[in-house]
Amino acid sequence: MTTVPNEGAVPNVKTTVRPRSNGFLDGLKLLLKSPPALFGAVVFVVVLVMAVFDDQLAPTGANEVDIQNRLLAPGAGHWFGTDDLGRDILSRVILGAKVSLQVGVVAVGFSLVVGTLVGLFAGYYGRWVDTVLMRLMDVLFAFPAMLLAIAVIAILGPGTTNAMIAIGITYTPVFARVTRSSVLSVRESVYVRASRSIGSSDLRLLFRHVLPNAAPPIIVQTSVSLAFAVLAEAALSFVGLGTQPPDPSWGRMLSEGREFIDLAWWIAVFPGLAIVLLVLAFNLLGDGLRDVLDPQQRSALQAGRRTWGRRRK
Amino acid sequence: MSVLEVNDLRVQMDTARGTAHIVNGLDYSVSPGETVAVVGESGSGKSVSVMALLGLLPGHARVTGTAEFDGKNLLAMSEPQLRTVRGNGIGMVFQDPMTSLNPVLTIGRQLTEGLLAHRSASSKKAARERAAELLADVGLPDPKAALDRYPHELSGGMRQRVVIAIALAGNPKLLIADEATTALDVTVQAQILELVAGLQSEHGTGVVWITHDLGVVAGIADRVLVMYGGRCIEDGSVDEVFENPAHPYTRGLLGSLPALHEADGEDLVAIGGTPPPPTDLPQGCVFWPRCPVRADARCETEQPPLVGIGGTHRAATFYPGVPA
Repeated sequence: MTTVPNEGAVPNVKTTVRPRSNGFLDGLKLLLKSPPALFGAVVFVVVLVMAVFDDQLAPTGANEVDIQNRLLAPGAGHWFGTDDLGRDILSRVILGAKVSLQVGVVAVGFSLVVGTLVGLFAGYYGRWVDTVLMRLMDVLFAFPAMLLAIAVIAILGPGTTNAMIAIGITYTPVFARVTRSSVLSVRESVYVRASRSIGSSDLRLLFRHVLPNAAPPIIVQTSVSLAFAVLAEAALSFVGLGTQPPDPSWGRMLSEGREFIDLAWWIAVFPGLAIVLLVLAFNLLGDGLRDVLDPQQRSALQAGRRTWGRRRK
Repeated sequence: MSVLEVNDLRVQMDTARGTAHIVNGLDYSVSPGETVAVVGESGSGKSVSVMALLGLLPGHARVTGTAEFDGKNLLAMSEPQLRTVRGNGIGMVFQDPMTSLNPVLTIGRQLTEGLLAHRSASSKKAARERAAELLADVGLPDPKAALDRYPHELSGGMRQRVVIAIALAGNPKLLIADEATTALDVTVQAQILELVAGLQSEHGTGVVWITHDLGVVAGIADRVLVMYGGRCIEDGSVDEVFENPAHPYTRGLLGSLPALHEADGEDLVAIGGTPPPPTDLPQGCVFWPRCPVRADARCETEQPPLVGIGGTHRAATFYPGVPA
């Protein structure tokens, strides 16, 4: 039974089965085959490189004031122009990448992990577990998001790290709800019951059957939340509770540039564009990831049938 | 000694419309190598009665009675004890192979899951080898390659073979098939029936086959149990029940079967009305509102007991064999 059939004597049925491996690299290759996801990945990598090598890449320091050359339009010396204190916008955009990326990844990572676990247990176990956990989430949800974040910062004190925690707590109930509703439908699936019927434990059911099948809406929520987190950091910095001046952050630059928008558009536009690009990249990557992680979509992609763009005639 | 002995099994659930009496006193037993078919309309309590055995019903279901499996009462077991029985002692095959496999896991991972959960395979590698053997046993071509495929890459018949392989992975003494061939087309159905019969005679597995297809019953079962309104209204060997149906309901079921050899123009006889909702079962005999016999007022007030009417044949009616 376990021996390889003799190729010569037995008619070879193997030819119908296409070889496959499920390695991480294959998935990555497939992901990058889709132009939108590729674009997302490229932007993400560029921002990542900016965040890591910020000091080497930035032409000037973040706070090199040059009053003589203030409010210079984009040009040869300063590609993105200068702000009201003559600081180089390009340098500040590069130096601000770190904050935006950190806030997005850390804050959303926090709410993703906590919220998904809460939603998973609440949705799967139901009854009092559901009631206790979800009412707790409802309490968090009942506060306006910004107010809750401000309250958390009031307790922890202002700063980038505390802003991340505050944003993370604010978005936790969103993930809990999305996960719970997805789990509610998945836990009723026959395959979950079938797996119970062969003696699987609750933990195995939760993490091998329920969570992977409940994942697509969570992945989409993650990419959307990453975008919101970057914007929330901007808002918190704007009211002085996030990144403290004079440190650059895209959100802060955006709000500072607001005052000069009719005089010098470039102060607000370049950090704004950076936010837009990063948020777009997160969303495209999230979409691509969701497709690659779903085996059915995956084989469609492997077979070259694209689920986006032009349709095959 | 029987593999499974069910006594006075009752299942109730509280619903918004009152208490639903889904299973009302079911007795039956399954011997090693025997196939017991449970037949009945949708909603007659067939599936619930077997789900109850494995503790697979939602938490608010009240299950009473006893179900001796291997000398131990399943209904009194704790969840961890039940877990060792599920898959190991009793395997289950569900109705729709399209939904009973997890779409995001490969066949191999789903097959090895049970083996590893019950520690019947020492390592992942051993489990994979055993899984390939199981797939070969159920007649899947190229089992080794099939391990790395996802459910959507297989046809319905192939998937049901995989589901059966999963159910048989722990060498169960009892296999419960809940409408296992209902979702398949007839040629595939015949293959699956043959496959189960073959595996059964090989391993001496007892089988409970839930179906509403009387053709399947005639083909594979040794004994048949007809359910209506959560009760067994007739049981006996297949020959006894099919040749001398005693209960008016059983006769109705058999009469509503199209037969190829009968003369053209023969009308099928439908059973009038619909089954009673489990929240509102009638007084007396559960079948009386639809019964074509319904001879006297006793039917409407008194529950006819399930009594022997010769051989192993039993029926719950005051008028066994009386034509309508």
